Amino acid sequence: MMDTFAALAHGMAVAMQPMNLLYALIGVFLGTAVGVLPGIGPALTVALLLPVTYKLDPGGSLIMFAGIYYGGMYGGSTTAILINTPGESASMATALEGNKMAKAGRGGPALATSAIGSFVAGTIATIGLAFLAPWLVDFAVRFGPEDYFALMCVAFVTVSATFGDSPVRGLTSLFIGLTLGLVGIDKLTGQARLAIGIPELLDGVEVTTLAVGLFAVGEALFVASRRHHAEEKLEPVRGSLWMTREDWRRSWKPWLRGTLFGFPIGALPAGGAEIPTFLSYSTERRLTKHPEEFGKGAIEGVAGPEAANNASAAGTLVPLLTLGLPTSATAAMMLAGFQQYGLNPGPLLFAERPDLVWGLIASLFIANGMLLVLNLPLVGLWVRLLAIPQPWLYAGILVFATMGTIAAKPSVVELSMLAAFGVMGFLMRRFDFPIAPVVIGLILGPIAESQLRRALAISLGDPMVLLQSPMSATLLGIALIALAAPFVLRGLGRFKANED
Amino acid sequence: MTPDAASGKLPARRVDRAGVVIAAALAVLAAVLVWDASQLPSTTMYGMGPEAMPIVIAIGLVILAVGNLIDALRGNLPPRESVDPKPVWLITAGLALLIGIIGFGGGFVLATSALFVTTSAAFGRRAVLADTVIALLITTLIYLAFDKLLTLSLPAGPLERLL
Repeated sequence: MMDTFAALAHGMAVAMQPMNLLYALIGVFLGTAVGVLPGIGPALTVALLLPVTYKLDPGGSLIMFAGIYYGGMYGGSTTAILINTPGESASMATALEGNKMAKAGRGGPALATSAIGSFVAGTIATIGLAFLAPWLVDFAVRFGPEDYFALMCVAFVTVSATFGDSPVRGLTSLFIGLTLGLVGIDKLTGQARLAIGIPELLDGVEVTTLAVGLFAVGEALFVASRRHHAEEKLEPVRGSLWMTREDWRRSWKPWLRGTLFGFPIGALPAGGAEIPTFLSYSTERRLTKHPEEFGKGAIEGVAGPEAANNASAAGTLVPLLTLGLPTSATAAMMLAGFQQYGLNPGPLLFAERPDLVWGLIASLFIANGMLLVLNLPLVGLWVRLLAIPQPWLYAGILVFATMGTIAAKPSVVELSMLAAFGVMGFLMRRFDFPIAPVVIGLILGPIAESQLRRALAISLGDPMVLLQSPMSATLLGIALIALAAPFVLRGLGRFKANED
Repeated sequence: MTPDAASGKLPARRVDRAGVVIAAALAVLAAVLVWDASQLPSTTMYGMGPEAMPIVIAIGLVILAVGNLIDALRGNLPPRESVDPKPVWLITAGLALLIGIIGFGGGFVLATSALFVTTSAAFGRRAVLADTVIALLITTLIYLAFDKLLTLSLPAGPLERLL
């Protein structure tokens, strides 16, 4: 316990250095500015801004990342409230009530409750992260390669199969990601796989190229292809920005309840902010004294889900930092940020570079505070960003998206891959395949493979090693249940429907 | 585009041709994986060699191809809205232009300006000349900011050498 305080104090000392404070400020500012653009969720925000941090030292860059991460989340909810286009499914509940509030001229309080709720939830969840992480690290040091492999199987299944509309489509996305992860030189034997004679492919598929292609280029193509459908409308912020005493009274309990939903679920290797936000939304709907307002702009329906969303974002950092396990697209991009410096999050990083890890955790607090102070007064500026005409907006997004790739690797092959992933992202959106499992598959696939091969090499090729470790056997059992559950439940649902 | 792209929402319980194409593509991908793995010499004594994982993933892809095929034959895919193919082609052409200009050493400003103008046209702008001027200004500013301030190396062409 005291160790945590000491480590956190040390991290604060790192984060409070003037240069690092400046990095955090730039991160928060850029993260909000990019996150507020419609159609850009936090994952894409991080992916787009990754090249900006190329030239910084790892410490400064990770601190900027913390700011970008929280800033992107904040910007996303502003968009959801003001134009009802949730950039990601976790903002859907916010868009539901928040946009109705904005239409009724209560956009200010909606933005305020979401900002203050995010601050409260983010701060509590980051404290949770600081205390849970060392404990999990102690536990994770004892993990063998077979346990890591089993843990990744759980993440694969829960990320792709359990929570989507269709487990078949989710798993298809995952396997496309796993296939892309195979491309390049095999780290254990030095053999080239799937490089089809192109030397650039020997290095493997770059995570940022995949993410930017799928998210940014794919989204631009998709929006352009269905522009002839409904136009989105920007709600002006009218009336007071500040919350009334009544608003405060109705908001504080949903903030805390949302945090309680968000952090534990986010911290599980199940991932996803969707479940906690919807749990929070339905809970607030049940508990409210103003049920007639729900669906027409109830402040509880913004306060709770926003808090849950932010708390689960901090929660996903728990498996990311302690186990190196990304459970959301955003966490996957954060992992890519670590990897660009050759750093692998996990128990070792806590032991070897405590200044980095605790500096990052400390700057999460700082970023959160900065967002609260910066964003309420600056909301007018963000609204003006939202009013950029669509053609220039998407043209600008694509210029920025390709710039990242051009700066990292200005080769025809890399840019062609970006374009191909863009077309793939467009088709996946069109045919309703989830995008995040592709990115997770690309990042985790090679790690899972090397852990499995290490485990089998230690056991001299005996596959029973996976079942002999109680930890690994349990985790594989969980993965199997999670894989079968949606199919079984769907079968039950059909059975019920037939009986009616 | 897919054959039924323009017909809008499909009636349920009809064979979805696009779905069949997706299933076939997954099967082809699995075949490529198996072929590629068969080219690798197996050298490991214990445990798995580099060829094992591609085979496992290929098996998964085949199972998923069957799953997708079943969904397609039953017409179980979610309904799709109609799409307008023209903007998609415009943006794709913009990306192709960008790749070509970078490939032939035309530089960052020209390449990204081409993408800017085509994308903006895809989203319904008709003022190509005005957009070109805006694009050149914005991309030059980005070039200056990132190349000079953040010292990222962006490819230089004839325009960049003038700066």
